[in-house]
Amino acid sequence: MSREIATGNTACALAVKAANVDFIAVYPITPQTTISEKLADYAAAGELTGKYLTVESEHSVMSAVAAAAATGARTFTATSSQGLLYMHEILHYAAGGRLPVVMVNVNRAVCAPWCLYADHQDSVSQRDTGWLQFYCASHQEIYDSIFLAYKVAEQMEIPVMINYDGFLLSHSMLPFETLEQEVIDSYLPARQPAWRLHPQWGGTFSNVAGAAEYAAYRHKLAQDTLEALPVIKAAIAEYEELTGRPQPGLVQAGSKGGQAGGTGRTGGEGQADSESQTGGESQAEVYLLSMGSMAAEMELAAAELTKQGIPAAALKLRIYRPFPAEELAALLPAGSTLIVLDRNLAYGHSGGALLMEARSALYNSGKNIKIAGSAVGIGGQDLPVSLLIEEIRRLLEVTKS
Amino acid sequence: MSISAKLTDMPDHELIQRGTGACAGCPSPMGLRIVGKALGPDAIMVMTPSCAVASIGMMPKSCYDVPVLNVCFASAGASAAGISGALDVQIAKGVIAGPKPVVFNWVGDGGTYDIGFQGVSAAAERNDDFIHFCYNNEAYSNTGVQRSGATPLHAATTTTPAGKSEGKKSMPLLMLDHAPAYVATASIAYPQDFYKKIAKAKDIKGFRYIELHAPCGPGWKFPASETVEIGRMAVKTGAWALWEAENGALTINAPTLQLAEGKTKPSSLEDYLKVQGRFAGLMKDAAKEQAIAVMAQGIEKELADLLARSKR
Ligand SMILES: Cc1ncc(C[n+]2csc(CCOP(=O)(O)OP(=O)(O)O)c2C)c(N)n1
Ligand SMILES: [Mg+2]
Repeated sequence: MSREIATGNTACALAVKAANVDFIAVYPITPQTTISEKLADYAAAGELTGKYLTVESEHSVMSAVAAAAATGARTFTATSSQGLLYMHEILHYAAGGRLPVVMVNVNRAVCAPWCLYADHQDSVSQRDTGWLQFYCASHQEIYDSIFLAYKVAEQMEIPVMINYDGFLLSHSMLPFETLEQEVIDSYLPARQPAWRLHPQWGGTFSNVAGAAEYAAYRHKLAQDTLEALPVIKAAIAEYEELTGRPQPGLVQAGSKGGQAGGTGRTGGEGQADSESQTGGESQAEVYLLSMGSMAAEMELAAAELTKQGIPAAALKLRIYRPFPAEELAALLPAGSTLIVLDRNLAYGHSGGALLMEARSALYNSGKNIKIAGSAVGIGGQDLPVSLLIEEIRRLLEVTKS
Repeated sequence: MSISAKLTDMPDHELIQRGTGACAGCPSPMGLRIVGKALGPDAIMVMTPSCAVASIGMMPKSCYDVPVLNVCFASAGASAAGISGALDVQIAKGVIAGPKPVVFNWVGDGGTYDIGFQGVSAAAERNDDFIHFCYNNEAYSNTGVQRSGATPLHAATTTTPAGKSEGKKSMPLLMLDHAPAYVATASIAYPQDFYKKIAKAKDIKGFRYIELHAPCGPGWKFPASETVEIGRMAVKTGAWALWEAENGALTINAPTLQLAEGKTKPSSLEDYLKVQGRFAGLMKDAAKEQAIAVMAQGIEKELADLLARSKR
């Protein structure tokens, strides 16, 4: 184990280099580009375990890695924003084909107009492609998520998209710990595919299906996506045990007063409050749900609100697909209030995607939880704690009216 | 194996089974039979949406006896590159036993000239290790015969009901200008020539491009029994030229060479056009004679250009 101080994109590239990847295809786009460049440096130095291919578009990137995965290869790519949108057709293909590609999407606003900074419009727009989606709030989570993602993707044969905020995480220099290669290898042995696109296995893959075969196939993907939840939990638990490094859960609670949300970016110490640990008398009354780097500011906002007499705690969503609905409900005491701040817009609806998810997840919880939310930080708008508190206070009024 | 003069002397191996969903007279299964014989069983096929995919048979059935990955329409170049590159790595790591199977695309003119052009061009530029076959039926046949970049001047399609007002682009020459190790054109009517070219391409590493002229009965509106005959007429009129280029050196093949050198007279272009319903509008046009003369001049120029290029 060694301690590094580097950018989020470097944390990502270091993990990819260590993950015994067979095939990488890339196409540049800010703020992802430095991942591709780092991987090119590793390839040039002979440090990569796989082939590094520069293709001519993101549609081709995903076409290449999905097809490479069909041969049994462990594959990787990274993109952002327009690049992710350009892949859309092949995202559906990779998930439908049960091809366990792992991709990093460095979150960035989408055009028009052009904007280089962080929001989640790119990835939430891919919600129903059948990919699992992780969101990171720290460099450590970026590094760790690469190994978790391969573990889960290959077990479930479902691709995984790891998201983190452009510039805020991708380009900031922050500390994180790497793992020894033996530890990684024992956690993540070589991929054992059930079949390979190869004459030894044969078979016609993805030909035309009638409604009955098609529906059964797609319903199976939907079912397996739900069944990925316990698999992700188990993968996290195994990772914690092997590395001795506490991991945030699917949705992670900070304690009342925002001390322990575990992004590691706010100076908070303890990390490993799991879903079940929020019980007890000192429960918060207001919970602040978000995903991505904003979780750090939400912790500070929770601490500040608590000081101001509103007992608050931050909740950080790590796994967006499958959505940990029961885990979220379990964290919220009956009668509490949930404020959801989204870094994306749900056009034609209020707030953003996470607000809609939270509402639907809690509708049948029987806990009478008041929910309000809004979209903030669009196009990388700054989110100082003062602004968050102002917005949270405004939303609290909304829940009262 | 030595290159045989007779179809019956080609290897028995078939990559396509009897009873596919293809239309009677479809050139795609005919072409694939030759591909199977030339490449043998150690091959992987990549296909994009097309008649060749629509006729596989419904899942879980398949008419293909070779592993097939059906990819999206614009994906052929990148997907074949991904497969090829991933096989190289895994064979080198000892995860998959060698030798490496031949990776090839079987893609229509739509998936090659138009929507897939960028990906195929990029694969050629990178010199990725696979063969791209374009079976050119000069339209989007699968979706009901719409125009493509390969549809010739004056041909009626469902999106050019009055006849196409533009000519086709020359994809094979565009590929040649990417400087790959091997580029060839072929015709369904000249299977031995096609076989020879595949056998040659098989032994070359890197990007290889072979385009098969593939007349489509329902699309071009001729009887199912005439596919091969129409293909032959295309070559004998010069409307389709047979050539190959190894490392950039272009050779015109018989019988196109004899046309280009002026040693044989081209067959009547009008006869070729009038047996195809897609040119019925042209045939009724008052300016028909002049239009056909312009088309013939176009062919002459193309052949002259090829001849000049072959002497470079
Ligand atoms: C992105 C996308 N656009 C459109 C289609 C619809 N489509 C399926 S096959 C096809 C035409 C294929 O033409 P070609 O490649 O020439 O093959 P052919 O049908 O002539 O054999 C089209 C337009 C599609 N599958 N995907
Ligand atoms: Mg076609």
